[in-house]
Parts: sequence; structure tokens; C-alpha cells
Amino acid sequence: MTKVNDFVVKFANVNGSGSASANLMFAKSIFRMGIPVTPKNIFPSNIQGLPTWFEVRISKDGYAARREGIDCFITLNPQTYQTDMKEILSGGYLIYDNTMPRNFSRKDINYIGIPMASICADHYDDPRQRQLFKNIVCLGALAVLVKIDLKIIENLIKEDFEKKPKLIPPNIKALHLGRDYALENLDRNLNISLKKIRTTKKKILIQGNEAAGLGCVYGGATVAGWYPITPSTSLVEAFQKYVNIFRVNDSGEVSAGIVQAEDEMASVGMAIGANWNGARAFTATSGPGISLMSEFLGLAYFAEIPLVLFNIQRGGPSTGMPTRTQQSDILSCAYASHGDTKHVLLFPSDPKECFEMAAQSFDLAEILQTPIIVMSDLDIGMNDWVTDPLHWDDDNKFQRGKVLKKKDLDDLVNWGRYLDVDGDGIPYRTLPGAHETKGSYFTRGTSHDAFAGYTEDGRINADNMMRITKKFKKSLKFLPKSIRKKAKKDTSVGLIYFGSTSVAVDEANDILEDQGYAVDLLRIRSFPFGRGISTFIDDHEHVIVMEQNRDAQMRSLLINELNKNGSNIYSILNFDGSPVTADFIVKSFLDLLKKNQFNIKSLKKKNQQRE
Amino acid sequence: MSFIKKPSVHHPKLPKNKLGLTRRDYEGALSTLCAGYGHDSVSSAIIEACFNLSIPAHKLAKLSGIGCSSKTPTYFLNKSHGFNSVHGRMPSVATGANLANRDLYYLGVSGDGDTASIGLGQFCHVIRRRLNMLYIVDNNGTYGLTKGQFSATNDKNSKSKKGEDNPFESIDLAALAIQLGAGFVARSFSGDKDQLIPLMTAALSYKGFAFIDIVSPCVTFNNHTQSTKSYEYFRDHNEALGYLDFIPEKEEITIEYEEGTSKEVQIHDGSKMILHKLDKSHNPYSRTNSLKVLNETQEDGKIVTGVIYLDKNEADLHDVINSNKKPLNTLKENDLCPGSKGLEYVNDNFR
Repeated sequence: MTKVNDFVVKFANVNGSGSASANLMFAKSIFRMGIPVTPKNIFPSNIQGLPTWFEVRISKDGYAARREGIDCFITLNPQTYQTDMKEILSGGYLIYDNTMPRNFSRKDINYIGIPMASICADHYDDPRQRQLFKNIVCLGALAVLVKIDLKIIENLIKEDFEKKPKLIPPNIKALHLGRDYALENLDRNLNISLKKIRTTKKKILIQGNEAAGLGCVYGGATVAGWYPITPSTSLVEAFQKYVNIFRVNDSGEVSAGIVQAEDEMASVGMAIGANWNGARAFTATSGPGISLMSEFLGLAYFAEIPLVLFNIQRGGPSTGMPTRTQQSDILSCAYASHGDTKHVLLFPSDPKECFEMAAQSFDLAEILQTPIIVMSDLDIGMNDWVTDPLHWDDDNKFQRGKVLKKKDLDDLVNWGRYLDVDGDGIPYRTLPGAHETKGSYFTRGTSHDAFAGYTEDGRINADNMMRITKKFKKSLKFLPKSIRKKAKKDTSVGLIYFGSTSVAVDEANDILEDQGYAVDLLRIRSFPFGRGISTFIDDHEHVIVMEQNRDAQMRSLLINELNKNGSNIYSILNFDGSPVTADFIVKSFLDLLKKNQFNIKSLKKKNQQRE
Repeated sequence: MSFIKKPSVHHPKLPKNKLGLTRRDYEGALSTLCAGYGHDSVSSAIIEACFNLSIPAHKLAKLSGIGCSSKTPTYFLNKSHGFNSVHGRMPSVATGANLANRDLYYLGVSGDGDTASIGLGQFCHVIRRRLNMLYIVDNNGTYGLTKGQFSATNDKNSKSKKGEDNPFESIDLAALAIQLGAGFVARSFSGDKDQLIPLMTAALSYKGFAFIDIVSPCVTFNNHTQSTKSYEYFRDHNEALGYLDFIPEKEEITIEYEEGTSKEVQIHDGSKMILHKLDKSHNPYSRTNSLKVLNETQEDGKIVTGVIYLDKNEADLHDVINSNKKPLNTLKENDLCPGSKGLEYVNDNFR
């Protein structure tokens, strides 16, 4: 039986061999055929020489999570093909470069040899071109085998090399060489095939960091201090790109100040200094940067300075797995810095939400006068996702929070920087230069009174700390609410998740539903947690928290912050650095049932009764 | 240290500057530093310089890190916003603040503990970026607030109060500043008002990174006979390169200077610096020469003061990144947000 628009193709390459652009063209051409596609770039922390993979899931139903079991593996890395082969499903395909002879052990899969190196050697003189065009030759042959419209790839080549038109003809030539080889030499009756549909016609294919960088432009960010670190770097690069597109005036002046700092401490310091002075400013980093920024985060928390910080999470601890994904900075961000601190976290689940939350975070930071940490991860940040087009409501106005202008200060008699005038815990701030004689104050990380004066009176300090607590309680009304999805049947099981695992959870839920299991879902979108999350936990006899770290950090945070008894809160944990699959979640769910930690009978009975 | 609240009554005949303000309008809270501390003289010099330049206090932001020196911004310019940040990180906060609003004056006050150890990296990089600010180090060679440990600028031959040897080389912040591209580099002494005030006035007016290393003795922990950062030692070893007069914009030069001993430098706002050289061989426009002078005088056990280096080509970070001439913090939605129309373009690029 042929699998149409529903299979997984994986490429194994050597890092730095020029495979990335060819592989992306493969994914993008399928997207342009209207078919939902999910590419995952599995790359090493290296520039040249180490193994790298590119996994493309094609799913007509729009399932966007990874799926294990490869239908077609293009193994172009001699270092890894023996292990790569093990991932191929029985009856699947292994495509390789047969210029050199290879030994294969499996009998249950099909081998397709394409002499990519020798084709390139015959047609190109330049050694670099011989290397690079192997990927395009392969793409041409693959397009024939799985039936990609070659015109789409040709257009992609033309778009990619718009600024270097000389490179278009040799690329297209390579594509045709591959195509011709396949047409003349290969059996084209594969059990996987593509067919044009219209599912992605109105969608876009975009990376989370790109969308978040753009969101910063839309949110009105004008200052970015940053330090390169995988996987956050492309966020600031995107910000720079869109600033160059949208923020350069006729005289060539740029309406932004972007500075590559000497380290993460300086980058967050710059963002804090700029926010203190009334510009919207941000920085982006990953786990190690969060550790380094912690001291400054405490200052921004205590001195109540707005700040937007993107944490594009990667595998930890320490340097960890810099090019793999995790959700393992939940606790270190929620409570970053010494002393009693707590930070607002946002959890985008896809690039579209990265865009929206990035823009929104600047309002939140200024309304609440505190750091807002946007908790993305490598999977969302650096992989291409199919999403709805980005949307902006032109009625949106920046909400700048409680900032006193000159005319406000003229009339004020008893202004205090940390006075709780409105009873919501949020004080009024002033900006340097606002007024000749009023509103100046000394911003400090030392204990201070309501008038920003230094105090060693512990009671005054405690009052101030309690006011900040009040501010956090009041913050809930501004934060994105959690999203609850009720099962079709009543159930005693609830599954809580957040961020990049959402697509896998959605798919797992469909599978479980097919198997007769009903699960209520709740996706967390922000911290501090709203009442809806607390009620959801109370409403279910068994609660499972799905997250990508070893220590069940979100579970701990829920139990701690919502004052829950954890005995009925279970975990599904995936922390091998790869985005979780729906199969993994289903299997883990069923394991939890089997271990009889759940009241499985009531669940099954309930289902049976209703069926 | 004093807990008395400062009286706010002003004498009616106090001299006024162009803004109609008196020196009292530039003051801050009463100092809580040890009596006689050099840092308080530095604060007075800051008040004097701002008064002389008729800087509206609210147009100046004062920033600091952690330590005795970093406490001092409370003791001057109480109409200015102040930011007491974290240890050694004032430069990054100043950078962000300056990026947000290029129209304010930025005064960073730090110490040798704050700048020469934990803050050394940020100090170096803020200089490289030519941030338009005046960066002052109240340099006393010791950690006063933690009771007298050596700092990284303490000279190798300078002992602690208890008589302990300092085994390590000292860092010369002025030399570093010159090497890394500071535009205005001077050294002075907290006890020498006549030298310090014009230096500070000129440095505040300079566009680009201006640095003044101010030897400012710690009366409690490092003013003893075996210290090289004591009042006494400084007075015996001071080697002034020259003196500086600062002539604000549109004021006429009324004093005549001896031929060949002084140089006039006009800066971006029309003001003039007149450098009077005591040592005729000193060429403050050459980095190489300035560094040589620092090295040679140090070898002779002298402390060189005055303008050590001056780059006549003023430029700052905003010039480098070509940012909007309007302060970024004044830009509104219309200037910043491309709206739904912009998204059409973006979405099309991802299809």
C-alpha cells in the first residue's frame, strides 16, 4: 500500500557539506505542494565535519510533531549509515551514494544507489562545486522518486540565489542531472508518494526565532543588547533584519540600537539600562546565559525595571547539549536570582505565538515593571513550522504602563517611586529628563522605602516585598490564559503541557481517543499560574504533566505555587534532547496506567459505559 | 557619617549660573562616607562642573556600581535620576541608558574595586564602544566597604594598613583606557580642586568616552605611610603634565598664554579646551606618546596628572551605529510598528 502524503524522510549528512539548503528546499517544496510538513534540523555543536541530520515528517493530517520510524533515509554520511539504517521501517528505503561500494546488513529494506559523486565529478571541475552539488543531484533524483513537482524546486533555487544569479544555472543543472539519472535508471514505484493538496495554501513556514525577532519590532523594541549563544542568536539576527527593513529613515538613520555585548551580563545590563530610561529593550539567550544574568534579574525584579528576556532553551545542565532541545530552565527562570524573587514567564508553543508573545511581552514588562521571560526552545526557535500567517491588529496600541510625564509631575506633591497609590501593587515610575525639579529618584538594588530612599528598617523592606507580591497576584489579569480542551467524554484524567510539546500532545490525544481513552488537556501559557490551572488540577483524579526535563520542573512549580498535594500528579518526561513524539507520550501514558498508579478501571469503565 | 538632614534654605546672594541656579541646586544628600574621604571632594568637583556648564540636573543621569565610590551619586545632583546597579556592571547599564536617550549627559562613578576587578571586562568594552559618557574612578587602591583588602590598582610596593605586602602587579586604568580607544583620558587627585574641576568640566562636554582616574585616598584603610594612594604620597610624587582651562561655548578667551606652552582645542559644541603644558615634550594627541609617558613616570615612581590623552575626532556609539537623531525613547507606535501592512510582506516571504 502506498503512503500518500504521510511518511518520514530523513537525511544524514556531514556538517558543513552544503546539505542544509538542499534539505530545506526539499521540505519547502513539499510545503508548496500544499502538504503539511515538519522539518527538524538535528545538528551538532560544530561548524564542519560532525554528523548532522534533517528529518522531515510529511503529514496530510497536519500532525507536526516528530514521528519515529523512517520511511526513506538518505544516508550520505559514511560515519553514521550503519546506525542510521536501524531507524528505517521494514519495507522502507535507504538511498545512498553508490560511487563507492557499501555493505548493508538489513534484508527487509530497499536500497537505492545513486552515483552522486561520480555524476558531479563528470560534470563539474571545481572540487567545492562537486561537493555541494551532490546534494542537489540527490534532491533531483529524490523529487522523481517521491513525485515532487520539479518546477517548485526550480523556483526555490531561483529565489534562494536571487542575489547571486550566476549560481542558478549550475544548481538547476545539478537538479536535472539527478532527475535524469532517476528517470533512466531507477524503479520509480515506491510505496511513498506525494500528491498536491491545498492544506497549507494559506499557511506560512517559519522559525520561532524569526517570528520572535519580528515580534520585537512590532512590540516597539528599540534597544537590544545581546551575546551570541545557540540557539538564541537567530532571534536577534531576525530583529536586526527587520529593523533594517522597517526602521531605516530616508537619511539612513536606524530607529534601534543593537549592540553585541561582551557577555550575557552586559547584554542584560544594557537591556535594563535602556528600559530604565524609557526605551523598550530586550535580550535573548539560552540556559548558560540565564545563569549569568541571574544577578541582574534580581535587580530588575527588586528595583522594578521592565525587561524582556527570551530564553531559547537548550539541553542542560552546564554547557549541556547546545544544539538539542529541552524545557529544563523552568525553575531557574521562575525563581532566577538570590533572595525572594519570582518572574513572569510566557510559554509560546509555536512560531506564531512567539511573534504574538514577543510583541505582548513589552506591554507586560512596562505594565508590571518587571522582567518578562519568554520561554521558547530550540525546537520552536530554530526549526521551520507550518503555522497560520502572522496577524497584527492595527488597533493595538502600546501599553506603556504607569509612567509620569512632565505635566503629571507638575501637579504632584508627594510622589514616591514605590508608593502603592492604586492598590494594585504597581507604583508609578518616572524617566530621567522628564522634569526639572520633580520625579528624580535613586534606583537601587539595596533595600528601599516607598520613596526609593535607602533603608535598613526591616519592616519597611518587608512591606515593600509584600507590595511586589501583590503586584504579582494582580498580574494575572494581564497574562495569557491557559487553554483547556475538554475530552469528548467525561474523564478523571487531565494532561498539562506547554510550549513546543503541544503538537505532540495534540497528536497523542487523538491516538488515545481512538483507543478509547478520554483525556482533558490544559496548555499553560504563562506563569504565575491562574486560577484555571488550579481548578483543572482539582477537577481531575489523575493529572499528568508532560515536559522535556528530567526533574519534572513544571510539576514542582505547580505543586509549589498552587499548594497542591502532588500524590496524584504524574509526569511524562522526555529529555533526550529530541522533540518528543506522540508515540512516546502514548506509550508513557499507557505505562502509567499499567503501573496501576491510576485508577485505570474507573477510567476504562467510564469509557465503556459511555460507548 | 551623619544622620542630620541637610537644610534646604539657600543664601539669597549665592552666585547663579545661566539657568539661574546656584551650586546648592546641584547638591545631594549629606554624605555618609568617612569624614575626610577623597570621594567627597570628587562629589564637590562634580557639582562645580555641572554648575559651571549650566547643565540642567534632570538632563544628567548618574550611574554607579557597588562600593564606597558607587554610593557617592546620592551626595550630588539630587534632581538627577540615579542608578546604583550591580557590582562592576555600571558600564552596561549606562550603555543601555545612553542608547535609549542620546540627549542626556551620562556620568558614571565607579571605584577601583568596582572597575578594575569584576568590572574590568565591562570597563574595556564600554571604552571600545566610545559610549558618550564621563566615567570617573575614585581610585584608592583598597576595598573600603569591606574593610581594607587590596584592590587591583594598588601598587605592588604599597603595603596594607596592617603592613602586609601586596604581591601582585597593579592595573593602570588610564593606560588601559588609552589603549582601548577612549577619547579623553585624564588623571587627577581628589585634593586638587583647581586641576580636577576644569578636567571634569571638559570631560563632561567631550563627545565620546571620557575617563578620569582620580586618586582619592581612603582615610580609614589606605592613607598610611606605606601606601602609595595616601594624601602625603600623592603630594610628594605628583607629576602634573599640565593644566587645563575650559572655555564654554561663546565665551571669549581673556587670558593670554605663553607662546608654545598651550594648545587650544575646539570641541563639538563650540567650547574650547586650553591645554597648558608644564612638560613641553608631552603630546596628548598621540596614543603611543601618552602610553610612554604613563610607563616612564610609573617607573620613576611618579604619578602623572592632567590630560594624558585627547582624541580631537570626537565620535560616539550613536555615530557608529547611525541611530536615529531623535532619542529612541521618544519614538512612538507610528515610528516603530510596521502594522498589518508590514506583515503582508513578511507572510509572503514565508510561503
